[in-house]
Amino acid sequence: MQRPPQQNSWHCPVPLRDFSHIVLGHGGGGRLTADLLEHLIRPAFDNPFLARQADGAELPVQTGRLVVTADSYVVRPLIFPGGSIGELAVHGTLNDLAMMGARAKYLTMALILEEGLPLALLAEILHRAADAARAASVLVVAGDTKVIERCHGEGCFITTTGLGWCKHEGHLSPDAIAAGDAVLLSGTIAEHGIAVLSQREGLQFESAIISDTANLQEIALSLLEAVPVRMFRDPTRGGVAATLNEIAHSRRFGIEIIEQSIPVQPAVRSACDLLGLDPLAVANEGKFIAIVPDAAADEALARMRSHPLGRNAVRIGTVVSDHPGHVVARTPFGAKRMVPLPAGELLPRIC
Amino acid sequence: MSNWEGFRDPEHARVLVRELQQIVTQRWALMEVCGGQTHAILRHGLDQLLPEEIELIHGPGCPVCVTPLSVIDRALALAASPDVIFCTFGDMLRVPGSRSDLQRIKATGGDVRILYSPLDALALARSHPEKQVVFFGIGFETTAPAHALTIHQAHRENLSNFSMLTSLVRVPPALDVLLAEPDQRVQAILAAGHVCSVMGLQEYPLLAERYRVPVVVTGFEPIDLLQGILQAVKQLKSGKSIVENAYARAVATNGNPVARSMIDEVFEETDREWRGMGIIPRSGWRIRKKYQKYDAEMRFPIAIASSSCSHLCRSGEVLRGRLKPTECEAFGRECTPRTPLGATMVSDEGACAAYYHAGKFQQPFPSARTHATSAAAE
Repeated sequence: MQRPPQQNSWHCPVPLRDFSHIVLGHGGGGRLTADLLEHLIRPAFDNPFLARQADGAELPVQTGRLVVTADSYVVRPLIFPGGSIGELAVHGTLNDLAMMGARAKYLTMALILEEGLPLALLAEILHRAADAARAASVLVVAGDTKVIERCHGEGCFITTTGLGWCKHEGHLSPDAIAAGDAVLLSGTIAEHGIAVLSQREGLQFESAIISDTANLQEIALSLLEAVPVRMFRDPTRGGVAATLNEIAHSRRFGIEIIEQSIPVQPAVRSACDLLGLDPLAVANEGKFIAIVPDAAADEALARMRSHPLGRNAVRIGTVVSDHPGHVVARTPFGAKRMVPLPAGELLPRIC
Repeated sequence: MSNWEGFRDPEHARVLVRELQQIVTQRWALMEVCGGQTHAILRHGLDQLLPEEIELIHGPGCPVCVTPLSVIDRALALAASPDVIFCTFGDMLRVPGSRSDLQRIKATGGDVRILYSPLDALALARSHPEKQVVFFGIGFETTAPAHALTIHQAHRENLSNFSMLTSLVRVPPALDVLLAEPDQRVQAILAAGHVCSVMGLQEYPLLAERYRVPVVVTGFEPIDLLQGILQAVKQLKSGKSIVENAYARAVATNGNPVARSMIDEVFEETDREWRGMGIIPRSGWRIRKKYQKYDAEMRFPIAIASSSCSHLCRSGEVLRGRLKPTECEAFGRECTPRTPLGATMVSDEGACAAYYHAGKFQQPFPSARTHATSAAAE
């Protein structure tokens, strides 16, 4: 689902042509808002629920448990190597549902646009989001558009709510975890964070590092059918370090990972070394961690590896009864170190 | 295979550790000067591999940590000025001043930008002629050439809206002060490889001779560090105190003459205050008269009234190698990377932050040292 930017080839529909950029009026609820909806937003996500133009969407109920999640996307730049805020806003929310064991059916999408955002850029973002939703068989059934005054320029913030159904009997939760369980990771880490950072800051590396943004629904849900998964979690902001710490926090178990086993593309590792960043603390958008019973680890890995998004899946560690609440990495030198919860913003070092 | 991987080879590390174990006969205290080395030692857990007789004392080589409070406060005042774009390296953002930090100044309206190179500030100055662009130039000999080049370039372009707030320091004078203290315990120095890659080795024979300490120029990867430690211990054992270069792949004996001449063109030596260590003679650089119009201190003569830092913070003693971070009562309690009382808890290169991130604030695996040592010796 990675189309090249099409800002040049996008043809602005006639009613929108008076404005090459978003103006405050596009959020005013009048003619301009209607034009935007009619000629850009609704066509992009074309489906019967949106076509009704009602205040909300009436959705049929399915069997199983309804799972709801919401996420906001504020990434800059809006388009980055390997993706854009459009795909991210769809994949990210779908992935949160998948991590709950739920198959996504519907999304809502609220847009906050900054005055001055080029209309062609918005069109590109929406089409990328629509393509991502279509590829996942998910309908965007409701939404909202607001425009804020210009501050930094080219702002576009997206909030999506995802609705999905979980047919899995048990609950995926850290409560299900026991000492001895295997910690599995679906592939190489830190690509999204480095791709976005290098694009935003104009850092040039020899080989292009592209975001791993992807829809994890199929690989996660097929794994759930095959093995008794304890829980899933996608290591987005804060990376694998934050995710494992969240899982272990205040629990009666600890997590031990083998540093050498964690797959990192050479270009990403070099970029992290240069910037003084720990790949474990850098964001991913198309990877997940699965915790499964030790006995099911091999089968789970085989399942994951049979899917293109899990080709590089590996076991990175084990749930242990030692150091409860903490994540510890075994270094290649036979030493151990704590893996802390990352402080917050990634701040490259001076030298 | 990347260039670095060979220097992270566990098998090679085991060989070096085994050799160390065989030759160590008594307790030795070694100081690694650079914060980057401290970070790497703890990041890879090398401290757990070393024979118990070898103690690593962490040196003052963290640029963020040694920048004095008065300079931070001046930076904060400039960053809060409405017509200033204030540019800085990322890890200065959270360093606490007397009353605030750059992160808070940014949140309350200051135009604070994180840059990766001081030269990027010139591009900002060109594209914002209506603003004053100030770069926060801190660091050691390693960053000084880039700072000098930036001022030199601004001068060539006659950029009237660019200036630099500098607090540039030099390592050897600080080592001189540390080693001269009567009750200091450092018996050997692992000199900072990157500093020497610019400056060369010329300032070290005097220190080695005067204080009878081996000086081994050491790199930053695990193998580099273990090699440096091994060479230092060998010297200690044989009673030698000479300067050796264990980082020859990056360090030439005379350093980088081009970089040095650029420093010399723009800067001149001056006395500098080091946070926690006081004023050290000739331990820093200031902008020469010829380039004075690019000196932010001259351009914005603001009176700064700094209060002292937290009375709980003992970072000065940590920077002098007199206190281990874990021996400070505030460590991991009042003082964490989220709530730093001193700069040593902010930068990854600060000893306190390095200890915190390595989990030294609690001992979840008290037997790690013996365990790891035996694992390494297998």
